[in-house]
Amino acid sequence: MLSISDLSFERYFERVFEPVSFNLTAGSLLLVTGPNGCGKTTLLRLLAGLLEPSEGSIDCQQQPLYAGHDPAIKDDLSVAENILFWMRFMGSRDSNSGPERLRRIIDKVGLSDVAQQQGRTLSAGQRKRCSLARLFFCNESLWLLDEPYANLDRDAIDMLDSVLKTHLDAGGVCVMTTHGSLRPEGFELQECRLHSGRHPYTGAGA
Amino acid sequence: MSQQAAGTAFAALIRRDFLLAYRRRAELLQPLVFLLVVVTLFPLGVGPSPQLLASIAPGVIWIAALLATVLSLDSLFRSDFDDGTLEQMVLSGQSLALISLARIVSHWLVAGLPIVLLSPLLALWMNLPDAGVLVLIKSLLIGTPVLSLIGAIGSALTVSLKRGGQLLSLLVFPLYVPLLILATSAVNSAIVGLPYSGQLGLILAGMIAALTLAPFATAAALKLSLS
Repeated sequence: MLSISDLSFERYFERVFEPVSFNLTAGSLLLVTGPNGCGKTTLLRLLAGLLEPSEGSIDCQQQPLYAGHDPAIKDDLSVAENILFWMRFMGSRDSNSGPERLRRIIDKVGLSDVAQQQGRTLSAGQRKRCSLARLFFCNESLWLLDEPYANLDRDAIDMLDSVLKTHLDAGGVCVMTTHGSLRPEGFELQECRLHSGRHPYTGAGA
Repeated sequence: MSQQAAGTAFAALIRRDFLLAYRRRAELLQPLVFLLVVVTLFPLGVGPSPQLLASIAPGVIWIAALLATVLSLDSLFRSDFDDGTLEQMVLSGQSLALISLARIVSHWLVAGLPIVLLSPLLALWMNLPDAGVLVLIKSLLIGTPVLSLIGAIGSALTVSLKRGGQLLSLLVFPLYVPLLILATSAVNSAIVGLPYSGQLGLILAGMIAALTLAPFATAAALKLSLS
């Protein structure tokens, strides 16, 4: 479903990370780990097609869903209006089933209390929840999640794990990055550790 | 992507833009107030002689409209770029040219059309002869879409720069020059009773060319800015 070989990316003639290869079949979850700045986000943006690889190839049949660090939430729109816009824009098949479905999704991401509040009033965690609402109405089978656990509380992490489980059980694929401390629990997963392409820091005076 | 999905996305985007424009009313009014102030300042600066004002009226109104449009251009893609919306739109699989066109259409409706509607008032202030008023409105009606369309290319090219505003005006003003010359010449011809349909025809041709080509150029510029 998604296979990449010897993929690497150069920025200013310097490799961001050492070449990576992997092959994902339906229902698999890949965890990309590594310290800050090792190129996890760059790898995900390459997979999403937002960047062109310098070397190697990506074989991916369909348009992925990419949830990055920028939440794509409008400060001047309410939570409900934000989510409704994306439902309509993405052409979600049953976006016409109307307020009932919208209300259910807002309920699922736990934002019912703030549904009518403007985007600017949301906390970092609420913003993350709002941007993750997309997972509930997308049709994509490949998910690219960049640090999905960042800023989330326990409830939201459980919510994310459960929607991820449903997705994987239905034959979907997910690539997820994390810098370490928070990991998906109870999943069978492959791990890909990224190594920075730059010369490793060896300490002062070394 | 099916035609229906493209239509739904286009409509969703226009709808969102109107809602956003309504919520950001103050931001929307700024260029219009600027336009009114510039036109008001001219009689104070050059003297209130009716003949003098009448002879410079077409140029003053058009230049003020041009400046007001450029003021609002920088925000065309900026906020969508900054909060990651543009990125998501690109990844949605919808045509980027269609997305650009939707943004341009809503920009014209909230920034260009009000200028057209205000123009009779401006013409009155500047003592524009009656023979020129209708032609001025016509030239603005077909000319302001060109301002939005060409401006969108510049806006898309400079959206990834922190202070793209100044560069944007340097980029688009030279492209607006032919439009300015044609439009003011049409109004001046009408005032002295000469035929003016040639100039209006050229502006219309320019608008159609820009309408068909600018969305694609804007899409390519956005791609560049995103990578």
